[in-house]
Amino acid sequence: MSVRTPLPRWVDVALLPALNVILAFLIGGLIVLAVGQNPLQAVGIMIGGAFGYGLGFGYTLYYTTDFIFAGLAVSLAYHAGMFNIGPEGQAYVGGLGVILVALALNGLHWSLMFPLMIVAGALFGAFWAFIPGVLQAKRGSHIVITTILFNFIAVSLMSYIITRILKPEGVQSDESAPIDAISRIPRLGEFIGLFGRSPVNLTFILAILALGFVYWLVWHSKFGYAMRALGHNPTATRYAGISSSRMIMITMALAGALAAMVAVNNVGSVQGRLILNFVNGAGFVGVAVAFMGKAHPIGVALSALLFGALYQGGQELAFSMPGITKEMIVTIQALVILFTGAMGDMLRIPLERLFARGATESGT
Amino acid sequence: MTTVNTPSQGLETASASTPAIELRGINKHFGPVHANRDIDLVIRRGTVHGIVGENGAGKSTLMSILYGFYTADSGDIFVNGTKQNITDSRHALALGIGMVHQHFMLVENFTVLENIVLGAEDSAFLRPTLAKARAQLKQLATDYGLEVSPDAIIEDLSVGQQQRVEILKALYRGADILILDEPTGVLTPAEADHLFRILRTLRDEGKTVILITHKLREIMAITDEVSVMRQGAMVKTLETSKTSPTELAEAMVGRRVLLRVEKGPASPGKVMLEVKNLVVADDFGIPRVKDVSFSVRAGEIVGIAGVSGNGQSELLESITGMRDQTAGTVFLNGQPLSLDGDDGAARARAAGLAHVPEDRIRMGLITAFEEWENTILGYQDSYGSGPGLSIAKAKATAKEYIAKFDIRPSNPELKTANFSGGNQQKIVLAREMERDPDVLVIGQPTRGVDIGAIEFIHNEIIKMRDEGKAILLVSVELDEIRSLSDRIIVIFDGQIVGEADPATADEGALGLLMAGVTEQGHSPGPGTLPDHVTPIERNLTEMSPKDNSARDVSP
Amino acid sequence: MNYFNDLILILDSTVRLAVPLILACLAGLYSERAGIVDIGLEGKLLGSAFGAAAVAAVTGSPWLGLFAGIGVALAMSGIHGLASINLKGNQTISGVALNFLAAGLTTFLGQSWFHRGGMTPQLNNDQRFNPIVLPFAPELAGVPILGPIYSELISGHNILAYAAFVAVPITAFVLFQTRFGLRLRAVGENPKALDTAGISVTLLRYQALIITAVLVGIGGTYLSIAQSAGFNNNMSAGRGYIALAALIFAKWKPWPALLVCLLFGFLDALQFRLQGIRFPVIGEVPVQAIQVLPYVLTIILLAGFIGRAVAPKASGIPYTKER
Repeated sequence: MSVRTPLPRWVDVALLPALNVILAFLIGGLIVLAVGQNPLQAVGIMIGGAFGYGLGFGYTLYYTTDFIFAGLAVSLAYHAGMFNIGPEGQAYVGGLGVILVALALNGLHWSLMFPLMIVAGALFGAFWAFIPGVLQAKRGSHIVITTILFNFIAVSLMSYIITRILKPEGVQSDESAPIDAISRIPRLGEFIGLFGRSPVNLTFILAILALGFVYWLVWHSKFGYAMRALGHNPTATRYAGISSSRMIMITMALAGALAAMVAVNNVGSVQGRLILNFVNGAGFVGVAVAFMGKAHPIGVALSALLFGALYQGGQELAFSMPGITKEMIVTIQALVILFTGAMGDMLRIPLERLFARGATESGT
Repeated sequence: MTTVNTPSQGLETASASTPAIELRGINKHFGPVHANRDIDLVIRRGTVHGIVGENGAGKSTLMSILYGFYTADSGDIFVNGTKQNITDSRHALALGIGMVHQHFMLVENFTVLENIVLGAEDSAFLRPTLAKARAQLKQLATDYGLEVSPDAIIEDLSVGQQQRVEILKALYRGADILILDEPTGVLTPAEADHLFRILRTLRDEGKTVILITHKLREIMAITDEVSVMRQGAMVKTLETSKTSPTELAEAMVGRRVLLRVEKGPASPGKVMLEVKNLVVADDFGIPRVKDVSFSVRAGEIVGIAGVSGNGQSELLESITGMRDQTAGTVFLNGQPLSLDGDDGAARARAAGLAHVPEDRIRMGLITAFEEWENTILGYQDSYGSGPGLSIAKAKATAKEYIAKFDIRPSNPELKTANFSGGNQQKIVLAREMERDPDVLVIGQPTRGVDIGAIEFIHNEIIKMRDEGKAILLVSVELDEIRSLSDRIIVIFDGQIVGEADPATADEGALGLLMAGVTEQGHSPGPGTLPDHVTPIERNLTEMSPKDNSARDVSP
Repeated sequence: MNYFNDLILILDSTVRLAVPLILACLAGLYSERAGIVDIGLEGKLLGSAFGAAAVAAVTGSPWLGLFAGIGVALAMSGIHGLASINLKGNQTISGVALNFLAAGLTTFLGQSWFHRGGMTPQLNNDQRFNPIVLPFAPELAGVPILGPIYSELISGHNILAYAAFVAVPITAFVLFQTRFGLRLRAVGENPKALDTAGISVTLLRYQALIITAVLVGIGGTYLSIAQSAGFNNNMSAGRGYIALAALIFAKWKPWPALLVCLLFGFLDALQFRLQGIRFPVIGEVPVQAIQVLPYVLTIILLAGFIGRAVAPKASGIPYTKER
């Protein structure tokens, strides 16, 4: 029963997660080294590719946009004590809402279309997350399992809808009809020359707003207060008269709506159509982003940027160093989840000892 | 193992007079808590030895040390006259010490037989082990009257039967000394009687039984000797036949200096809180509050006295909307309260009912929150007009409460987990008291709170009463109930067994009531003896008025 | 007779498709029965498929490939055990991480080592596990009804497939007839009951993870060097998750697990058969409708609409000794 001294706040909030991320990257570096490549050279190429020139930076921000939304979808549910592994499916189904409204009103100016696509996508994504929420709240079905299953169901459902219903006659690839150029959310490059023809678009601004919104929601709203209460202590939540079943359902729906913004970014702008499997793992990156960012919007923003840079830099890397494929990024992503999520406390006890010793030495 | 083990037969080395267990100078600390201090104890072979004491007196810790769950900081343990260093439960089992835990260590979807052999299998394959166990079980059943169907699934069995499986587990492993930790807490009176018959048989067959309990009725009914513990120390060991419940109750509670609470006479107004025919079940669906009715008036404090685990927790939780009611109604200011659903507590609060919960860490606070965030728990919707939370207003309130209740450290942005127990309790009290409620329900107001804070908290409660609030108080500290309450209701086994005036009631009489011993003619209504009166209860009932008659005259 | 032959063919591919499911499902059974949730089955399947194919390609021995497959699964179980047993971390997160780790590393290492876009070199028959023709299978093929059943359906699978089917009765026996099985089931339900009986919860859980790794390792090996002739990117294709769903559907019992895996395998086989076939009234059945069935059925089960799937009580909860 030795009394453990808690770590100083800055260690808990900043140092420990940073050490975990560094550990993940070190091991990633060792793997690169193990296949006979130079990890430092790789890092250099990636940084150059991700930030070195306007087009590359634009791509980085495009990926970052996806990862911010996916990361927020995981983070939000996490604050209410739930592990949402479903952003991938929620974003996919959200794409259906985006394309339906876009095709129905095709030709409408983007300034009107943008909000409509946001709302439609949000509704569809929210619905896809709401069902697991209801099953958890009313039937006690574990949200981890149901969100995983809903990812798969989304894949089959959307593949049916895209290939059988939305695919126009005479088109070879599995995709919907295109959205008119005037209705598509414009690229940032149209306003800021630096980004050139890179895919980063106004949805990036939406992502920044979403970060602010989630920050406000979680820490500055009554709803967020209730959400965090539930995440920390369900018994005290009942004591406070907060309905946990309602909280679970609404939080999941909000998370699904956030995930669906990935669809706005891709379907509504970058691709301008609904393509089979357009989410392409961005939803899963959200899991890593959320854990690495400690579910805080600032952390989510930073880790989404990091992963955005990794994805963009990884593409460059694959050109410059044929020995390293962009799958190395998925490996890094896995290591980040492992060290910041599952093994997040591995370094805690050594650190506690270190700081306890420091405290007694300085105290005497 | 299963055949009769008389003391002389069973042990070759030790003579019959060697104690089964002897403890010398046992000390155990948990952090700053001194759970056991210099405990000496001798348990004679072939007896049923009771260990009584209030909650937190250190009984369970002591027995856990004996069973190898904890290691003592200092002191010696002698088993059958030999000094032993018991390192784990396996070791204890090898020494013939078996334990029946308060919360059963059974695998619920296993059969009785599977549970009994678990961890004591003879071979890699189950078939021979199970066959052998089946035969032994039959033998044990005939030897000790421990009948349980070997193929029954645990979760289908009654609690009493499950307990028998626990005892069988210990006996199957060759236990000669059996420790039972609060064995009747979960049993019906009929099941408890059955258990006592079994324990008597075990003793008669030469086993040594150690019974940990806080129920005097059980001590008087079944033990040969009884040791009383109080606040981690051993008070005394007595022969049961030469003592009385009153003497034990006094030894348990001790003649503590009553904390002086300055309070004038109450001037009760109209009924504010009324509970009618309330029935409440626990998490396992077992009824814990059984048809309880009472009322609390404005300007009075009604204390509910009782040994913990007799339905107080469920009663408080259901009145405050934290637990579903099976039947009955709660009226607040004459209006029935709708407490259904998982947000019932919000409606109770809106109707003017404030609640200081029994377990502040588990219920009343979110320890990961900053102090100011806990200041608004349950009232968060009144901070800010729209969907936004007015943090400025919340922090201002927090600062106000910190000043008024002298909460230290006076930093509303500090994590709540870093406050001491007393200051955490003040955070809860301030929040619940300062909202001008009509009714205040308080559970264990001073549990784990230091002396200085106790006085402060008591005075605040009295102040609330004098402001005309209706206050319902539950505490396991009888002192606290007596010094604060204007009326005392005694609860036992989910029923109200009596009511007393704190000015005239004495501790012994209350203790007996709390122990389920009802005085004839004193408490009518639900307090009359239940249908399942046992001979033991009848005996005690007969002797209790005699014991009390002498005390009633004393001031 | 034509329909009969069709049926035999469908059932034959049912068996082939069910084998990795059965192995992964039984693997999950051991770990979840011991109280450790294993979302990482998918990753272990993928990782061991890669390990087996890579080693078989380099050494030319399918058996060394099998050892490598199991070895990879063991290493991944080791990480899972370290995170969830020793460090008491979140088992779900650890499993998710392992899935990404396998997805990333297999392709990355595959590309670095073999330069074929993440695939391993095509294996020849000596480097693979080949079909075993049971005695008299060709001779009996002509016997009506029973002949095709024996020679097509029962005969002609590789040794790993037979191992999968043998693993079911063995698992049932181990689980319900042995001391180890009793303790395994107990540790997933109430670890404290074992701890108070003086048995190490940690050791038991690691033992379960080792068995899990061996089984799922065989499953991964089957995918890459028995069913196929080499490793492909993401060749597990969600089978680990399907196995997990099957495990829930089978309520964590071995024989029902076999049946559910065969059912899911059958749905998979049917999906290929039904492509492009029009039925009267309902028309063409979309493949996606069949693909999605295992997941939908599991959701319905989880929601408690058809029976109740009650997981081992202690699963997902790290055990902390109270001291």
